[in-house]
Amino acid sequence: KCDMSEVLRQRELKPGQSPYRALLDTLELSNSRLSLQLINDNNKVRLLLELYRLQGNMTRVKINELKPLKPRYEVPDVLLSDPITEALSVVAQDENSLVVSLGGKDQRLILSAQPFRLDIVEGSQVVMSLNSRGLLAFEHLRTRKDTISHKISSTVGSMWDSLKKDDDKPGMWEETFKSHTDSKPNGPTSISLDFSLPGVEHVYGIPEHADTLKLKNTDGSDPYRLYNLDVFQYELHNPMALYGAVPVLISHSTDRTMGIFWLNAAETWVDISSNTTMFGKILDFVQVSSEAPQTDVRWMSESGIIDVFIMLGPKPADVFTQYASLTGTQSFPPLSALAYHQCRWNYNDQEDVKTVDQGFDEHDIPYDFIWLDIEHADGKRYFTWDPSKFPQPKEMLQGLMDKRRKLVAIVDPHIKVDSGYKIHNEIRSKNFYVKNKDGGDYEGWCWPGNAGYPDFTNPEMRTWWASQFAYDQYEGSMENQYIWNDMNEPSVFNGPEVTMHKDALHGVWEHRDVHNLYGLYVQKATADGLIQRSEGVQRPFVLTRAFFAGSQRYGAVWTGDNAAEWGHLKISIPMCLSLGLVGISFCGADVGGFFKHPSAELLVRWYQAGAYQPFFRAHAHIDTPRREPWLFGPENTALIREAIRQRYALLPYWYQLFYNAHRTGQPVMRPLWVEYPDDFATFSIEDEYLIGKDLLVHPVTDEGATGVTAYLPGKGEVWYDVHTFQKHDGDQSLYIPVTMSSIPVFQRGGSIICRKDRVRRSSSCMENDPYTLYVALGSQGSAEGELYIDDFHTFSFEEAKQFVHRRLSFSANTLSSRNLAPDSQFSTASWIEKIVIFGGSQPSSATLKSADGTESALEFEFDSTLAVLTLRKPGVNAAADWTIVLR
Amino acid sequence: MTCLHLLLTLVFAVSLGTPVEIQRPRGVPLTKKQFYEESKPFTCLDGSRTIPFDRVNDDYCDCKDGSDEPGTAACPNGSFHCTNAGYRPMFIPSSRINDGICGKMTLHLDISPQQCSMHGMVLHLKFFLCTDCCDTTDEYNSGAKCENTCKELGRKEREVLQKMAEITKEGFLLKQQLIEEAKKGQQEKQSKVTDMQENKKQLDEKVEALRTVKETAEQPEKEAKERHLKAWEEQKAAIRLEKDKAKMAETFLELDDNADGFVSVSELQSHAELDPDADGTLTEIEAQGLMGGAEQVDTSTFESVWPKIKDKYHSESQAEEPAPVETPPDEVKEPVVDNDSEPYPEDDISEEEDEDDEDEDDYHEDDDKAQPTIKTPEKTHEDEEAMPPYDADTQALIDAAQKARDDFEEAEKALREMDDQIRNIEKELSFDFGPDAEFTYLYSQCYELTTSEYIYRLCPFNRVSQKPKYGGSETNLGTWGSWSGPENNKYLLMKYEQGTGCWQGPNRSTTVKLTCGKETVVTSTSEPSRCEYLMEFTTPAVCQEPANIDPSPHDHVEL
Repeated sequence: KCDMSEVLRQRELKPGQSPYRALLDTLELSNSRLSLQLINDNNKVRLLLELYRLQGNMTRVKINELKPLKPRYEVPDVLLSDPITEALSVVAQDENSLVVSLGGKDQRLILSAQPFRLDIVEGSQVVMSLNSRGLLAFEHLRTRKDTISHKISSTVGSMWDSLKKDDDKPGMWEETFKSHTDSKPNGPTSISLDFSLPGVEHVYGIPEHADTLKLKNTDGSDPYRLYNLDVFQYELHNPMALYGAVPVLISHSTDRTMGIFWLNAAETWVDISSNTTMFGKILDFVQVSSEAPQTDVRWMSESGIIDVFIMLGPKPADVFTQYASLTGTQSFPPLSALAYHQCRWNYNDQEDVKTVDQGFDEHDIPYDFIWLDIEHADGKRYFTWDPSKFPQPKEMLQGLMDKRRKLVAIVDPHIKVDSGYKIHNEIRSKNFYVKNKDGGDYEGWCWPGNAGYPDFTNPEMRTWWASQFAYDQYEGSMENQYIWNDMNEPSVFNGPEVTMHKDALHGVWEHRDVHNLYGLYVQKATADGLIQRSEGVQRPFVLTRAFFAGSQRYGAVWTGDNAAEWGHLKISIPMCLSLGLVGISFCGADVGGFFKHPSAELLVRWYQAGAYQPFFRAHAHIDTPRREPWLFGPENTALIREAIRQRYALLPYWYQLFYNAHRTGQPVMRPLWVEYPDDFATFSIEDEYLIGKDLLVHPVTDEGATGVTAYLPGKGEVWYDVHTFQKHDGDQSLYIPVTMSSIPVFQRGGSIICRKDRVRRSSSCMENDPYTLYVALGSQGSAEGELYIDDFHTFSFEEAKQFVHRRLSFSANTLSSRNLAPDSQFSTASWIEKIVIFGGSQPSSATLKSADGTESALEFEFDSTLAVLTLRKPGVNAAADWTIVLR
Repeated sequence: MTCLHLLLTLVFAVSLGTPVEIQRPRGVPLTKKQFYEESKPFTCLDGSRTIPFDRVNDDYCDCKDGSDEPGTAACPNGSFHCTNAGYRPMFIPSSRINDGICGKMTLHLDISPQQCSMHGMVLHLKFFLCTDCCDTTDEYNSGAKCENTCKELGRKEREVLQKMAEITKEGFLLKQQLIEEAKKGQQEKQSKVTDMQENKKQLDEKVEALRTVKETAEQPEKEAKERHLKAWEEQKAAIRLEKDKAKMAETFLELDDNADGFVSVSELQSHAELDPDADGTLTEIEAQGLMGGAEQVDTSTFESVWPKIKDKYHSESQAEEPAPVETPPDEVKEPVVDNDSEPYPEDDISEEEDEDDEDEDDYHEDDDKAQPTIKTPEKTHEDEEAMPPYDADTQALIDAAQKARDDFEEAEKALREMDDQIRNIEKELSFDFGPDAEFTYLYSQCYELTTSEYIYRLCPFNRVSQKPKYGGSETNLGTWGSWSGPENNKYLLMKYEQGTGCWQGPNRSTTVKLTCGKETVVTSTSEPSRCEYLMEFTTPAVCQEPANIDPSPHDHVEL
């Protein structure tokens, strides 16, 4: 492990008795804040512990040095605001412990003084313990030995003294990675804390890794690493760091779902180990079965402070709500962003764009966005256009606008150092570049050659950056042009691990402190720019490769530079599920695979899978042969067309789910266990998933597959194959034979899904089209669903309450549409074209009752073999109240 | 919106210039009007069901084939007919009805800026697919404000068609010429091959005859030369013997220090170089050994001592004669002789075999050039003891044999050349130059196109290459592979494959797209995918026979 991070020195620390002791006499308790000091008995360094009870069943634990030599970095701009606190009270205390009430639900926090540990208990059950394995570590800031007398330094010796006598170990004050040297002017500053989760066998989250949904035991292997990196041709099933980092871990058992949010933007490692519980004797009044499984989680970060949010659930939805209350929800994208995106590195010129656009119409395949990668800019000077390839960008954009389509152009955060480049000159003159350790502008190599990196942590810089997207600043841009931020880890070709030197400076802070946050800021500033250019009217759409906790507020992410391999197709599911669990719903993988050339079969299967993932974009490396959907023969063109058309028909459902995600923080793409938390069989499933709670998708991800085995959850529930309308019982593994056209998708009995079955060239063309309601009756003969409509692209839904949100419900042979938002208003031209009811019986009549009281008979057809009832043309406006009674 | 009535449209069907008003449901072509009769129930065109007529175009899809909704977007598989008066009627997918997108059929007519070698300009036509109706009838309820562009389009299309027709006409004429020429050329070549094959037979015979003559002349030549050589060898041996004797006598006198007519052991001992065990001293016993056990030898017995010492003996008087170790001339010649039978060093042979003929030929040339330098050291020797010239008889035999050899080689060379010619013509004749050999004229020609960065070069049936305009080496973009057009006309595309390899990618390849033109010109190149090039090339050879009917766009072509 000699090539691994220095942070991993902490891994040398083995579980055992913690050297930390709580000084109970330093206890201070205000209404909502409890604080006391911790002392390390080995070196006498004191820490300050702060405890907060947060609204919504969360507890925040903060640990910092009591008197650091200088401030340590605390992550800003990730929390929506200061979390709302609730009252804390001490309910019991003796010489070695303190019991704090966490409000209702019989929840307490037990603080043991020596050795220091925290246990959160509910009733008689320990739900989580902190430092129970004694792995709390905090490298305090110190003065470098060679500059002060040994006598002084020996009194503030490191906590590592207990492990090894020598204070200055190699790597503490300077570290070398390959040919790069990290000067580490602040010396070692790492932190660590362990969490034990009794009764837990399944933990998830901490993306981004190309690995299984359920996190693996890391004993004997590397820990999961969180350090945003531009990884060339990443490996699968590997805990190595990728482009983004969300330090949120979700635990789940049949008893409880919880979350740990470790708010730290420095390089972070997470160790997971499965054990059996070892409580009981420490807390005699707490009952724990000695056989119970337990998962131990250990977090380590290179700098900053310990600031942890413990989300206590208890249900999956509660954890999502809790996390959303801290970092916000998914931004609500314009509808078109949920449609199909056609990308390639690169569409060569305006003519190429026009030809591809035409190709989609020629082959009657819908698409909304065509994308331009780095070659579109003049010498990779972002915000410009190559004068010979894209001489008339507005003409090109207007051509797309005439077709109601859009374009995305890439804008990366590395700026070509070129005195003839306006963007560079302004950033330099405003002193907005990140600095190197010696105070000069930091420079590194990236696509344009020598490049500077704007300091996105600086709010003034971000404001300036946002202003560059104004139509009068960004020449050639128009309102149907959106933005893609790539390489924002940041990628520095000649930097250590292809990223920025840790001792580069962002104002007073080192890059090591802010690293994982950089990408979030880039996307935030860009999204702000898109909002501002429309004077706050239009919703932005920005895709990012790097991300952090809170990035969900700014747009979409994708899983980076994958490859045209079946394994990469498969892994796209757990990768996006993991992101969804930690708030980032708008996720997708490059359809077809970025590197290499997919076989026609792989490409078709990838389109079929991608059509059912939130962000649906085909992309390809510049060195791969062209792969527009019609280049693989008419049969494959037809298969791809059908997959994309299924996506477009379901856009109303996707849109409603994204509205829901935006309002409530519930993920769009969900692991089965989120909806079936008591069904142990679902806990490790990652080859199928739910969209919302009503559609179950099991894409075909194996070459030459002739069938898939899908697990249909829910005892007593039923599922309907959305293509054949066939009904299947829940709580079974079902073998489904497949052909090349099969995309196994099932609708949950008890749900109503709205579709627009008139698929057109782009989603905008469909905005006034009528809806078809697919009513899948549950075993009780009832069903529920929602319909959400607005103008599909502005903030009016939020600012002027201009939207339609309706509850559709079927029970006792009556289907009705009820307003869920009586104080909102929006008029839509869309109407109800057709209603298809699965699992019912043949009625003798169907009567539509409109809001004005008029009644009319509806014609219907009944397919008795499949029990499918089709009501012909109710014709009511989609925003209206209405009822249909079957007799 | 919710209860759309049957929408009837007034359409101007322009037929033979006389406008006629015909009532029919929206989106129905004239040819299908009879299926949509207002007074009768409507039967889906696939016969699957019959519905009341008021359900035609009521914005709900009743027929599986979409035939009940020709004028709405209700059926996923429906199609909408627009008359496009002034242009051309057409069908569009019904999903394009009222989608807010106006018909902007762009019909591009590019005049390539390229000057042609013979006539004026090259027309480069690009038709853009018609995705919407130019008469705006597809946008009757979307709020889109569309302009009727049919007349404009019609005019443009007529212009284009006219120009195209002209090109096609002229191109087709040129094509006929090309076919004529090709046929003529082909015949010529065919008969040339036949002639040459006949000639070749004669040449074959001649070569054989000359071979016999040569062999017959070479036998007496060889014998005469051998005789001459043998005599020379004998003479050389006699001379050598005499020289040796003289040297021996001279040495005896030198060794006989006291001039008593005997060489004694001690006199011999003064010559330490004669030491047989090379320990630096010639002992008495050793000297005695050399002298055959005798204490002293006279001139006659010295003859038996001389052979044992002559190689080592250093003359006392002359250091000037370092007595070059006399090597028989044969030995020196040996490497040269070897060189003739083994024309290249052994190490290279295995490599050589992997390379193609061309390279091998190159090598031989090099080898020939190298030979004279190898021969040089031997020449000095020959000067010293030059063989006397052949006698007149021998020389006559040699001259006769040499003439026979020259005659034979000349004839053989002529035969080889003829073989090459035949092979080349047969190779050319084996190419697929199109159904009427109309592409023959492209053979062994090259066409260039200069862009801002590169000069592209297409040599049909051979290769495509790219060379940077401002210096740099040429890149092979593919060598001739095959015709690769669609099944109905494979002669519309040429595929050149296996060009220079790309970094981390495939070998470069080029597709050449052939379009009808008066000129034979490369009109554009592009690289749609990394290392996959597309070249557009106009040639009269693909011009189709112009249709005889007048291509008036007013013609009502209903599908």
